[in-house]
Amino acid sequence: MADDALIIESLRKTYAGGTEALKGISLTVPRGDFFALLGPNGAGKSTLIGIATGLVTKSGGRLVVDGIDADDAPERARRHVGVVPQGLNIDWFGKVLDTVVNQAGYYGISRAQALPRAKKLLTDLGLGDKMHVTARELSGGMQRRLMIARALIHEPTILFLDEPTAGVDVELRRGMWEYLRTLTKDGVTILLTTHYLEEAEQLAGHVAIINKGTIIEQGRMAEVLAKLSTEDLILEVEAPAVGGAIAALAGFRPLAAEGGVQITLDGSRNVTDAVKALDAKGIAVRTARSKSGRLEELFLRLTQDTK
Amino acid sequence: MDAKGILISWYTVVRKDVVRMLRIWPQTFLPAAVTSALNFVIFGAFIGSRVGEIEGVPYIMFIVPGIVMLSVVMNAYSNAAFAMFSSKFFNRNIDELLVSPTPPWVIVAGFVTGGVIRGVLTGIIVLLVALFFTHILIHNLFVILAFLILTSILFSLAGLANGVYAKSIDGINIVPTFILTPLVYLGGIFYSTQALPGVWAAVTKADPIFYVINGFRWGFLGTADIPLWESFLVLGALAAVFFGLTWYLLSTGLGLKQ
Repeated sequence: MADDALIIESLRKTYAGGTEALKGISLTVPRGDFFALLGPNGAGKSTLIGIATGLVTKSGGRLVVDGIDADDAPERARRHVGVVPQGLNIDWFGKVLDTVVNQAGYYGISRAQALPRAKKLLTDLGLGDKMHVTARELSGGMQRRLMIARALIHEPTILFLDEPTAGVDVELRRGMWEYLRTLTKDGVTILLTTHYLEEAEQLAGHVAIINKGTIIEQGRMAEVLAKLSTEDLILEVEAPAVGGAIAALAGFRPLAAEGGVQITLDGSRNVTDAVKALDAKGIAVRTARSKSGRLEELFLRLTQDTK
Repeated sequence: MDAKGILISWYTVVRKDVVRMLRIWPQTFLPAAVTSALNFVIFGAFIGSRVGEIEGVPYIMFIVPGIVMLSVVMNAYSNAAFAMFSSKFFNRNIDELLVSPTPPWVIVAGFVTGGVIRGVLTGIIVLLVALFFTHILIHNLFVILAFLILTSILFSLAGLANGVYAKSIDGINIVPTFILTPLVYLGGIFYSTQALPGVWAAVTKADPIFYVINGFRWGFLGTADIPLWESFLVLGALAAVFFGLTWYLLSTGLGLKQ
C-alpha cells in the first residue's frame, strides 16, 4: 500500500472561458492524515477537489490516488474516494436511507450488504430516526450529515470534504469534528477545505494554503504556524482608565472600548515582558487572548501578500 | 467493476428512476391516458365514422398503432431527457454517479432502461384505453413487442443526449414541442403514405417516426407502406448512432463536467 494517500503533480485547470483556476500545483497528502486545504473564495480549492473526484476534467498534471494513477485506471481510483461537495446535491424527494443505499449501488454494493452499513452510518451521524423521511424534510445540518453518510457508504480510504460545516451551528459543528476525528483514527485520510480556520487548526495535521491557483504555503500545521513570526495579543487590564500610562509604553496600544491593551509579540518581546512592563506601571493584567487565531493571522498575511 | 457490480449499478440507476416516475404518476402516466382517449374520441369515433375503412380495416383500428406510438415516443424521450436534466441541473445529484466507478455505458443503459419502462408501460396504458373504443387485431405479437422496445430505446437515447446537453429547461422542451410532435404527426399516424402524392410520400420517408409507425402497425394489421426489415434497419441504425453519441457524451463529460 502506498505511503501517500494522494499525490498531485503539476495539476492545471483552465476553464472554457479562459480562467486559469489551477496553475500547476503539487501536493502530497500522507496516508491517515487530516489535511486542510485553505484559501480565499475562488482560490481553486473546489476545482482541485472536483478534479480529484472526477467531477472536473483537468487540463494537465497527474493525480495518484492510493497508489493508482487516475489517468490509467479512473474507475479503480474513484473506488477509493468519497466526496462531500460544497453545495447540497441530494435528491430532495428521495428517502434518507435510499439516498445512502443507492450510492452504495453505484459502487456495485448490493442492497442487502448496504442496508446494515447505511443504518449504522446514519445512526452514528445522528440521523437514525430520520431514515424514512425525504431529504427535503431534514434541516440544513442534517442534510450535511446525510451527505457525509453517503460519501462513506462504500468505505473510501480518502474523504474529500469541501466546506462540510458551512452554515452548521457551533454545537453540531463540534459534533461533526468529533466524528471526523474517529474516521482518521480508523485510517481514513481526510482532505478538508473550510472557511473556519479554527476548525482547520483544531483538526488538521497538515495544511496547504492556496491562492489564485497556486500553493503559497504547505507543511505540517505546527511548522506552518511557527512561520508566523509575530502575533497580536489583547490583554485585559485591571485599570482600564490608565490609557495615558499605557500609551507611554512603546508598542502598547490602549483599547478604550475593550478596556485593554493590544501588543504585538515578536522575537524581541514575549508575553512575560509585556506583563512585566505593565506591572511596572502598576497595571495588573487580568486575561490575555490572541486577537485572531494564529492560522487566521497567517492566512491573512499570506493571501494579502499575493494580492 | 466486475459483472455483478455492473449489474447492481445498472439496477440502482433503473430503480431510482422507476421510483421517481411512479412517485409522480399523475405527471408521467395519466397524461398519456387522457390525450389518447381524446384522440380516439375525436379522430377515431367522430371523424373515423365518416372516413370508413382504410387499408381494409375501420379507421379507428388503423390509427391505434400510431396513437400508441405517439405516447411511447414522447414518454420515452421526455423520461430520459428530464431524469438526466433534473439530476444535473436542479439538484446536481448526477454527481453521485459521476464520482462513482460506474462506467459511462452503464449510466446510459440505466437511463435508457428507465425510458423503456416508461415507454412500454405508457404503450400498454394507451392500448387499454383503445379497448374502450375498438377491438384490437394482433397479427404478430413478437413484432409488436420488438417495435415497442426498439422505439423506446431509440427515443430514450435521443432524450438522454438532449438531457445531457441541455443548458436550460427550454432546451429539453424545444425538441419534443417543435421537432418530435411534427415528426410524429407527419409520420403517418392518421393516414397511409400510399395516399400521399409522390413528393410528400418521399419526404415522409425521411421521417424516422414513419418507420416506427409502419413497423408497429404491421404487428397489428399485417400491412405497412414499407417492408418490415426496412423499419427494423432504420430504427436499429439510429439507435446505434444515438448510443454512440450518448456514450461519448457520458465518457467525455461534455455537458456534465466542467
